[in-house]
Amino acid sequence: MILMQGKGVSKGVANGPIYFFQRPDTTISDAPAADIEAEKARIAAAQEKAIDQLNVLADKAREETGDETAILFETHAMFVEDEDYVDCMMNALEERGCLAEKAVAIAGEEFSAMLAAMDDPYMQGRAADIKDITRRILNNLMGIADGGIDSDVPVILAADDLAPSETLQLDKSKILGFMTQGGSGNSHTAILARTMGIPAICGLGEALKEEQSGRMAYIDGETGQVAIEPDEITLSAFQTKQEKQREMKELMETMKGQKDVTLDGREMMVYCNIGSPADVAAVLSNDGQGIGLFRSEFLYLAASDYPSEEDQFKAYQEVAAAMGGKRVVIRTLDIGADKQVDYFQLHKEENPALGVRAIRICLNRPEVFRTQLRALYRASAYGKVAIMFPMITSVWEVKECKRACQKVMAELDKEGIPYNKDTEIGIMIETPASVLVAEELAQEVDFFSVGTNDLTQYTLACDRQANDLGKFFDPHHPAVLRALKIATDAAHKAGIWIGICGELGADLELLETFLAIGIDELSVSPASVLPLRAEIRKSIAKTCTLEKLEC
Amino acid sequence: MKEFQYTITDPIGIHARPAGMLAKAAKALDSTVTITKGDGSKSAAATKLMAIMGMGIKSGETVTVTVEGGNEEANCATIQQFFKENL
Repeated sequence: MILMQGKGVSKGVANGPIYFFQRPDTTISDAPAADIEAEKARIAAAQEKAIDQLNVLADKAREETGDETAILFETHAMFVEDEDYVDCMMNALEERGCLAEKAVAIAGEEFSAMLAAMDDPYMQGRAADIKDITRRILNNLMGIADGGIDSDVPVILAADDLAPSETLQLDKSKILGFMTQGGSGNSHTAILARTMGIPAICGLGEALKEEQSGRMAYIDGETGQVAIEPDEITLSAFQTKQEKQREMKELMETMKGQKDVTLDGREMMVYCNIGSPADVAAVLSNDGQGIGLFRSEFLYLAASDYPSEEDQFKAYQEVAAAMGGKRVVIRTLDIGADKQVDYFQLHKEENPALGVRAIRICLNRPEVFRTQLRALYRASAYGKVAIMFPMITSVWEVKECKRACQKVMAELDKEGIPYNKDTEIGIMIETPASVLVAEELAQEVDFFSVGTNDLTQYTLACDRQANDLGKFFDPHHPAVLRALKIATDAAHKAGIWIGICGELGADLELLETFLAIGIDELSVSPASVLPLRAEIRKSIAKTCTLEKLEC
Repeated sequence: MKEFQYTITDPIGIHARPAGMLAKAAKALDSTVTITKGDGSKSAAATKLMAIMGMGIKSGETVTVTVEGGNEEANCATIQQFFKENL
């Protein structure tokens, strides 16, 4: 038995084989080839496999999301077959006598560099497509599985840490739990795990090793404990907890369909945070009353080019329709900082969290913003869509966003396309500036939603991505809670509602404080809905105190 | 040899998707189809997707398309139709 201790970041007990994440970024050997003809055959086989994979993806996309995505994969398949591209690989093999991997990498670099050097931004953007297909051929050559998990059975996924784009590509049906060497409670792995309702442990450090792949393990996402091949006593402790967890879940299921009111009659709206239309199933099965945060980034992160209005419209419409008239708050793109997308070609920033991100990108690039707003307004005809702008610091930004909305509505009017004229507009409260001018901001919008991760980061001057800030990164800090109170008072003074869509919303220790402050809505990951509801119906709002706001 | 000229109307010029479709269409024909940039500086076989994208043909630019060998008459008409519909 090997015992390891990390930080539990998503509750629950899981057991299964460990699988170490295969990072697609493996180094390419410069070694000479023994047999050029054999290397040529390897390239041909990898190329053929890539075309098959892309055709399967295209068929799947055509069924699930429609023609647009399907055509993207078909175009990629055509790139893979391109004569010049393949000739370039074969020539590299002949001239350098190198291995297939090196030859493919050379061709990928040559062609992506050619496109990147063109004077047309569209063509420059295509460089990412070449990199993508080159990566695919290389993965096939090196035996790296699509979706990162080459296993027939579900696994406990181990990694050093996962980037947002990596978590998006994972085949989630194969993951029982996560454990990472680095990372923090705010890392994307942790957020993903909480959305999926599966356990996750981070910060295991060097104790977690690649050679542990394949061994059976139990993990406890609450205590942060990992046991590889546990002895009998440890095993029974894990199993008892797992059993309790199952019972709890069954009990929670019985609350479904009921209103969430405290013992003294105060109602709290319990909504869900989601990252893609695929998460709606979890919202419905956990009985979420609405969606308080639909992160639109998945559309941008998963693509190799700006997603079209049609693609976006379909995703938003799907969610709005699936929620059947319940509120769906969709946040406009929040790219930048820790979420980078190649084709946006953002300048490298020393301090990206304080850089050109989120609404700043939208206001700088009206065309990108317009495409998203058009898709959002078109989707508003199919359900109760609300639009939310992230990273607001000033009143003029909100006014400019609203002007962009007006313009889009006028366009749709002219084109005779249906939309809901009364679509709610709200903003994220996640900067100290927005708290300090909250009264003025509240005059402009229909609701506030507090992003507690960023609000904590900016209020406490603590980088949320850093692993070692520990006790300094304290979302319970009175400064953060007082900021919440200021924003709430401003919202209520203007007669609008305020929610929390950050991770803090699910923090049961703070529920009393939220009730005392007067928060109207909590938007949490689908898996946190039921425990939160159980806690709300046990609370008495009028006896809740603001004591946590004191130092 | 048959040839025609065509002025690109697609707002982003000959981009990836139509270039891919063109390559596919050209491969199906028994003629060699060649695209030449308006100023004659570059040309490429229509079957070569990346080479065509590499020419960077923009909206409003006029290209010359030649069709050589095989059933030139019919193939030229097919390709001309393709340009009208997709570019």
